[in-house]
Amino acid sequence: MATITLATAEDTRTDVRSAARIEHVSKSFAGPAGTQLVLDDISLDVAPGEFVTLLGASGCGKSTLLNLVAGLDRPTSGAITTDGRPALMFQEHALFPWLTAGKNIELALKLRGVDKSLRRDRAEELLELVRLKGAYGKRVHELSGGMRQRVALARAIAQDSRLLLMDEPFAALDAITRDVLHDELTRIWRETDLSVLFVTHNVREAVRLAQRVVLLSSRPGRIAHEWQVDIPHPRRIEDAAVAELSVEITEQLRGEIRRHGQH
Amino acid sequence: MASTDTSTAAKDAVEGGDGGRPADDTAGLEAGLDALESVEPRRTPLRQTLLQKVLPPVVAVLLVVAVWQLLVTLRIVDDPTKLPAPSDVWAEIEESWLQGELLGYIWTSVSRGLLGFLLALAIGTPLGLLVARVRFVRAALGPILSGLQSLPSVAWVPPAVIWLGLNNSMMYAVILLGAVPSIANGLVSGVDQVPPLFLRAGRTLGATGLKGAWHIVMPAALPGYVAGMKQGWAFSWRSLMAAEIIASSPDLGIGLGQLLENGRNASSMSLVFLAIILILVVGIAIDLLIFSPLERRILRGRGLLVKS
Repeated sequence: MATITLATAEDTRTDVRSAARIEHVSKSFAGPAGTQLVLDDISLDVAPGEFVTLLGASGCGKSTLLNLVAGLDRPTSGAITTDGRPALMFQEHALFPWLTAGKNIELALKLRGVDKSLRRDRAEELLELVRLKGAYGKRVHELSGGMRQRVALARAIAQDSRLLLMDEPFAALDAITRDVLHDELTRIWRETDLSVLFVTHNVREAVRLAQRVVLLSSRPGRIAHEWQVDIPHPRRIEDAAVAELSVEITEQLRGEIRRHGQH
Repeated sequence: MASTDTSTAAKDAVEGGDGGRPADDTAGLEAGLDALESVEPRRTPLRQTLLQKVLPPVVAVLLVVAVWQLLVTLRIVDDPTKLPAPSDVWAEIEESWLQGELLGYIWTSVSRGLLGFLLALAIGTPLGLLVARVRFVRAALGPILSGLQSLPSVAWVPPAVIWLGLNNSMMYAVILLGAVPSIANGLVSGVDQVPPLFLRAGRTLGATGLKGAWHIVMPAALPGYVAGMKQGWAFSWRSLMAAEIIASSPDLGIGLGQLLENGRNASSMSLVFLAIILILVVGIAIDLLIFSPLERRILRGRGLLVKS
């Protein structure tokens, strides 16, 4: 497997068969009403090439967990090991408006030390991968919402990480565009050896995309349930099988939410 | 992306085609969406620019001159020592132009103003960065910088004359004290307004520390910085005029402020008017020729310039 041959010496002491290993991670924040526990003893492994969605209602700490895996924040206790620095995609495209689409991608290449002479070609290739050939010189504001997220995806892939973290990246898009981006993400995930950890509150989206769906409970976030999704590709969001599993997961999610009204 | 082949057992197990539908279908759909939703950049035609941007101020200036002329012709103000006719002022301009002095006056002031501004930029930029990024420096200097901005720079002329004497260094000192706080404050507010999302995105891309400052913070803060520069120029020019009017010495050469003061001493109202008009025109011209285009270019590139 590519992951093993490319793993650095530092990684050999950890289990290199995981793209991300989250071990007994807890996180609390100091709030007005004392310390608030946001994540409680989360343990989760993402295998190389695996597509996992983290699903939960508001307050389940799914974005907090993603920030921890991305290294933007530290867990209060527990350990997180990743194979190199993960790439991260946000709900907002987070493209830099002072750069063109192509230059945004080139910045990611530059920051990971790709030689100047190779950057332009690589950026064009990545734009082609997200089917935006010819958008190299386009300014961010000239692109539609869907195109921006595709450039953001290309920029994330440019980081050459084994693991792609996605924080509700399609939540702000209209339904048709989101549907198309689901197809694109599935295609790119299958063409590459990327592992994906995808956070969403949209059950159908979770089932449509993932091999494994992990449900988090809220306040504090705990792993409540897990499902293997064995629905064969190509999947559509309207598929009966997707709908059927979604119903089951939604029931469980509602149950988790209902618990909070009872206290 | 390290490789394009499907390399893991997990993915090999996934059956079927590309994404959710045949690849061509998705590509076609996507191309359609892209075409429907993207905004074509459009440049305003020259005629429209002239009509909307150039015509109104020209009309305004002509109106002011017309009212001025009426005041004189209708003898509402019947005292040439208080209000000279526009034609007298024009004659004054023509005369000093023909004597070849006009450009000399302008150049004396403009060269001082621009050099002083560049010095202020060289000092204000690192100062602004320090205040924006170092918490201790911010707590120590932030309030002082904001306070200095509201101090009229003319207040610095007397101490500058006492410290440095009647010379060019005194002029530059006054310009610096007027412009440095504006430039530094502009940069500070520019840095403060950088969206946290950009910083987070930068960090995940590996732009931390100096790399982060260079690739993310500085370009993101550029609009605020340029706004500060614009204001800094206005302050430089104002400070310089104050200094030139108050501090006169034959060694200093005649700038526009000095010209104004000479007009007062000679009780020549048309010379005073000439000087005021030139001060105004130069201040506006530098802004229109240098800072406004710079600002528009930066804002347009980021899609922040809303076309009305």
